[in-house]
Amino acid sequence: MERIKLDLWVGAFVVAGIAALVVLALKVGNLSTYNVSETYQLQGYFTNVGGLKPTASVRSAGVLVGRVTSITLDTERYEAKVMMSIDKRYQFPKDTFANILTSGLLGEQYIGLQPGGDEDMLADGGEFKKTQSAIVVEELIGKFMFNKSESSN
Amino acid sequence: MSALVEIQDVNFSYDQRAILKGINMSFGKGKVIAVMGGSGCGKTTLFRLIGGALKPTRGEIKIDGQVIHELDDKGLYEMRRKMGVLFQFGALFTDMSVFDNVAFQMREHTNLSEELIHDLVMLKLHAVGLRGTHNLMPAELSGGMARRVALARTVALDPMLILYDEPFAGLDPISLTVVGQLIRKLNDALGATSVVVTHDVQESLKIVDYVYFIADGVIVAEGTPDEIRASDKPFVHQFVHGEMDGPIPFHYPGANSYEQDLKVSAYATR
Amino acid sequence: MPLVKSVRAIGHRAVNTVWRVGLATRFLFLTLTHSGMSFRRFGLVVKELFSSGVMSLIIIGVAGMFVGMVLGLQGFETLKRYGSESALGSLVALSLVRELGPVLAALLFASRAGSAMTAEIGLMKATEQIAAMEMMAVSPIARVVAPRFWAGVISMPLLAAIFSAMGVFGGYVVGVVLIGVDEGSFWSQMQATVDFQHDVMNGVLKSFVFGVAVTVIALFEGFDAPPTAEGVSGATTRTVVQSSLAILMLDFILTAFMFRGA
Repeated sequence: MERIKLDLWVGAFVVAGIAALVVLALKVGNLSTYNVSETYQLQGYFTNVGGLKPTASVRSAGVLVGRVTSITLDTERYEAKVMMSIDKRYQFPKDTFANILTSGLLGEQYIGLQPGGDEDMLADGGEFKKTQSAIVVEELIGKFMFNKSESSN
Repeated sequence: MSALVEIQDVNFSYDQRAILKGINMSFGKGKVIAVMGGSGCGKTTLFRLIGGALKPTRGEIKIDGQVIHELDDKGLYEMRRKMGVLFQFGALFTDMSVFDNVAFQMREHTNLSEELIHDLVMLKLHAVGLRGTHNLMPAELSGGMARRVALARTVALDPMLILYDEPFAGLDPISLTVVGQLIRKLNDALGATSVVVTHDVQESLKIVDYVYFIADGVIVAEGTPDEIRASDKPFVHQFVHGEMDGPIPFHYPGANSYEQDLKVSAYATR
Repeated sequence: MPLVKSVRAIGHRAVNTVWRVGLATRFLFLTLTHSGMSFRRFGLVVKELFSSGVMSLIIIGVAGMFVGMVLGLQGFETLKRYGSESALGSLVALSLVRELGPVLAALLFASRAGSAMTAEIGLMKATEQIAAMEMMAVSPIARVVAPRFWAGVISMPLLAAIFSAMGVFGGYVVGVVLIGVDEGSFWSQMQATVDFQHDVMNGVLKSFVFGVAVTVIALFEGFDAPPTAEGVSGATTRTVVQSSLAILMLDFILTAFMFRGA
C-alpha cells in the first residue's frame, strides 16, 4: 500500500468518526440546545419533586430556557431544594410560578415557568416563591377514592 | 590474531535439565566457524546465549572484551547493533517489502537520508544478487531467495559478528551452494567473524575455517575441516558420513527391552 | 477422589486466570512505557489505523444500520401499545448511544481486528520475526505492539460513534420513512432525552475503555502464543472469547457507575 493512499484512507476514517460524533452531539443529543451562552442561578422549594432529575429541562411557554442543576433536601424546611441554571437572555418576574409538569402521560418531568405580572425581575440566586409540586399519581388516585367513598355516604 | 568471541566454561540448564555442560570456545577475528551437532544437542541454545537472549547458569561469554550477561539492557542493545543474526527460515518481516526489510535497521538505528538508504539497500541486495526483487513482498520469493534477502538484511549495518542459525535448512542444492558461498564472501568482505550453527556437514566443511562438534551438551571434537574429514573418532565419523548407527544410536533407549515390550518372553515361556 | 480432583481443577484455573491477568497488566504497563516511538513516528500508528480502523468500517457501518433498523421496528411495536410512538426517536438513540453502540462495536472490533492482531503477532513470533527484531536491537514492544495498541485505542471510540450514528439513521429509515412516525417528534424527543455529557460522552468513554481492553487482550494473546500453528489458532480463539467477556463485564461495571440512579 502506497503511503499516500494509506494516509487518505485513514484520514477519511478519522473524519467519518469525528463527523459521527458531531452528529451524535448536535442532531441526536442536546448539545445544540445547551446554553453555551451565560446562565444565572435560580432556586425553588417544592414539597414533592416526584420523578424530577438533574438535567431535566426548564421551560416557559414550551420553550427551553434552562436546566435543573441539582436537587437536594433542605433539612430545615423538609422540602426539596431545586437549583436551576437559566439562560441570561431570559428574565422572569418575581411572582413567576414554577410547576413540576409531565410531558405526556408517561413522559419525562420538567419544570414549567408561568410568569406573573410583577415589575421586578428575579436576579442571580433568586427564588421562586410560588411553586407547585409534582402530581403523584398514587396520591391522586387515593384522593379520588376518598372523595368517592365520602360522596357515597 | 585475537579472538572476538570467548566462551569460557559455559553451563546452561532449563529447570533441572542440563543443556550445555562446560563449553569452551574461541572465535578468531575474520574466521568462519561452524558449530555442529545432531538435532537437539544445544546448538540453538548456545546461539541464544551469544545473542544475550539467555543467561548462562555458569561461566561467561565475552564478545569484544565485554561479558554479555553482565550488560544492562542498553549495553546489550548497543552490542546487538554490532551483531547480525540470520534466523532459521530467514524471519523476514512479512508485512514489509524486500526493500523495507533490508532498510529496516538503517531506518531504526541511523539518521541516514532516504537517498543514502536507497543506495545502501541496493548495494546490499546487489551483493546477494537480488537487486531486482526490491519491490516484491517476502511471500513472493522462493525459499532460497528469501534466505538471500535475509542475508542482505543481516549484514545491513556491517556487523562485526554474524550468527547464522541453520542457514542451509530446507534449501535446494543450488541455493545451498549460493548461500554457503555468500556466507564466506560476505564475511571476508566485511572482515567480520561468522558463526554458523548447522547440521549440514558437507556444505559447511567447504566454507569454514574451524569446526566444533557438540553432542549431549559437551564439545566432542574440534578442528579444521581437513582434520575433521580425516578424524577417526567414531562420533565424528558417523556424523560426517551420515551413518545410521554408531555412538548416536538408532534406537532411543527405553525402559524395557524389545522382547519385554512385545511380550515375547511371555509367549516363549508358555 | 473425583470431588477433590474437580475442586483442584477449579483452583488451578483460578490461579491461572489471576496469573494471566497479572501478566496482561504488566504487558499493558510495558506497552505504555514503550509508546514513545509511536508518537515520534506517528506513521507507524497510521499504518495500523488502516488495518484496524478502516478495515472494520464496513462491518461496523452495516451492522450499526441493521441494529438501528431492528430497534426501530421492535421499538415501534412496543411503544404503539402505550400510544407513545413519538418516543421512538429517544428509544433508538438512547439504546444506541448508551449501550448498543459501544458494546456491539467493541464486540465486532474484537472479532474483526482483535483476532487479526493476535494472529499477526502470533505468526510473527512463530516465524521468529519478533526474535529477529529483538536481535536487531529494536524493541518489538515499541515497534510492533505499541503502534497497534494506540491504533486500537483511537479507532474504537470513532467506530462506536459511527455505529451509533448509522444506527440512528437506520432507526430513522424504518421509523419515519417506512412506518411513518412523525419526523418532527422523532428528532425532538430524541434531542430532549439524549444528554450530550451524560449519554454521548459516557458512551465515548465506554468505547475508549473497551478499546483498551480489546487491544491489550489481543496483543497479549498474540505475544504470548506458543509459536506453533495450534498455538496461534488457540490464541486467536481466546482473544475473541476473552475480549467479548471483558467487554460485557466492563460494560456492567461502567453502566453501574455512570447511570445508576440518574
